[in-house]
Amino acid sequence: MPADVTLAQVLEARGVSRRHFLGFCSTLAVGLGLAPGMAPRIAEALERARRPSVIWLSFQECTGCTESLTRADAPSLEELILSVISLDYHHTLQAASGHAAEEARHRAMRDNAGKYIVLVDGSVPLGNPGFSTIAGISNKDMLLETVRDAAAVVAVGSCAAYGGLPMAAPNPTGAVPISALVKNKPLINVPGCPPIPVVITGVLAHVLTFGSLPRLDEQLRPAAFYADTIHDRCYRRPFYDRGLFARSFDDEGARAGWCLFELGCKGPVTRNACATLKWNGGVSFPIQSGHPCLGCSQPQFWDAGDFYRPLSVPLAGNGTVAAAAVAGGVAAAAVGHQLAQRARHQADGDRQPVTVEDLEVKP
Amino acid sequence: MSDLLLWAKGPGFSIALFIFLAGTVLRLGEILWLRRKTDLAPAKGEVLGPVLRTIGHRFLPAPGMLRKSPVVHIGGWTFHVGLFVILFLFTPHIVLVQAFTGLSWPGLPHSLVHAVTLATMAAMVAVLAARISDPVKKLLSDVEDYLVWGLTFLPLLTGFLAVGRMGLAYDTLLALHILSVELLMVVFPFTKLMHALTWVLARGYTGAIAGRKGAHS
Repeated sequence: MPADVTLAQVLEARGVSRRHFLGFCSTLAVGLGLAPGMAPRIAEALERARRPSVIWLSFQECTGCTESLTRADAPSLEELILSVISLDYHHTLQAASGHAAEEARHRAMRDNAGKYIVLVDGSVPLGNPGFSTIAGISNKDMLLETVRDAAAVVAVGSCAAYGGLPMAAPNPTGAVPISALVKNKPLINVPGCPPIPVVITGVLAHVLTFGSLPRLDEQLRPAAFYADTIHDRCYRRPFYDRGLFARSFDDEGARAGWCLFELGCKGPVTRNACATLKWNGGVSFPIQSGHPCLGCSQPQFWDAGDFYRPLSVPLAGNGTVAAAAVAGGVAAAAVGHQLAQRARHQADGDRQPVTVEDLEVKP
Repeated sequence: MSDLLLWAKGPGFSIALFIFLAGTVLRLGEILWLRRKTDLAPAKGEVLGPVLRTIGHRFLPAPGMLRKSPVVHIGGWTFHVGLFVILFLFTPHIVLVQAFTGLSWPGLPHSLVHAVTLATMAAMVAVLAARISDPVKKLLSDVEDYLVWGLTFLPLLTGFLAVGRMGLAYDTLLALHILSVELLMVVFPFTKLMHALTWVLARGYTGAIAGRKGAHS
């Protein structure tokens, strides 16, 4: 598809109605936290937008983020956005391989210097460059080279945003998130394992529509999607407030759809839009399907303890600590008791009884 | 989860638990191993009855005291009952007990516990005001009294704010709440807070001495 084709032309070629397209734009406006009245403006901007060059780098990752984006229901907003961008480099999706693929990346960087967007999924190993290479280039070198002339960088997924699974203890590859290496470029974190597709595309659509980054929070996440916790938006929240909990995956509470806090739900400390945007075209999300939130869009979620331990319970069992403490306490008390006994015996031994005769005044 | 919360739930809790348990066992061991002289005089009354009676009876104010210092008695009762409700009938706390003991029981609705927390904090402020405004109580108070008040109040305040999502991000408030409880656990064995465990021993001992002497305690 030529680079100067607009989305309007793409839609027309695909037979997508304008009503359908405006519906997508309304969803996008609401998802981004904008007034629904902004939908026509988004539609207008997207229709006129020229296809920006996007380079997608994949480092230490599982391709789940790409799966999340590309396996969304069709025809979807995700697909439309993918149509409007010029995805010039993506390991999984591109037909080219080897030097041809790398040449495509270099050409996109040359032709669109200062204007292209870099999407990155996966973390970067610093322990040894050989831990992860592409065409013989280390992840770090490829990242730094590619972002040099980029307009913006989007770290897609928890691995890119926070280090994710590769960075989990003991972090054998010395993995770091993208933010540890990209310092002088506009950077957006879109965490999640994987992120919700519409969040990825929403960020791209915002850039295309307004020519600027969406408002970010202190962790560089688009605030519109990560402002609230899962718990605060959860439809099971009333059960939490009423103290009604599922205690196993197959008890009365689970069947009645009560709160999953006791089964380890991390919703109260997890910021994401799963409870509102949901997954698979708005069908469901983990909690609606009866499984507690794992907190996959939070930093260090792999190292945050057992997925099924309630949030208020310490990370470890502490049985050994408790046993050692009791033993130590008993030993200290016994030693103290012995010392006190010894002092008492010593005092008994040193006692000099005073008799009546002693007290009588001797002439 | 934030680093602070992970530390509070991980190493922080382990350190606090160790000091709390070791210190508590040490203090209880000291008390139980205390050498007492054998009472050679014949007993003038039974012991078990007065022990149980004293343990129960001292939940009630001594005659005339309620009228004399109502704030201390009503406020004191309110915040002690409140602390019990918050600690043992709030689901996130029950699952904590369950994780260690396997014991579990139903919790109260969170809105009710929230209200109890508010009443408990109000009662604590009232007894503190009574302590400061009364010259005798003020004279009898030392740094430790204010310290244990503050360390008891902090978990209530941080827990109240966390449940209500007020002020800071929830995971920050939760971390502060857990840390404040850990601070309480660390000082517990070495301050007047120990009375949460020793009240039974103290009342029982008083009842036993009085009973043996044939006196009312």
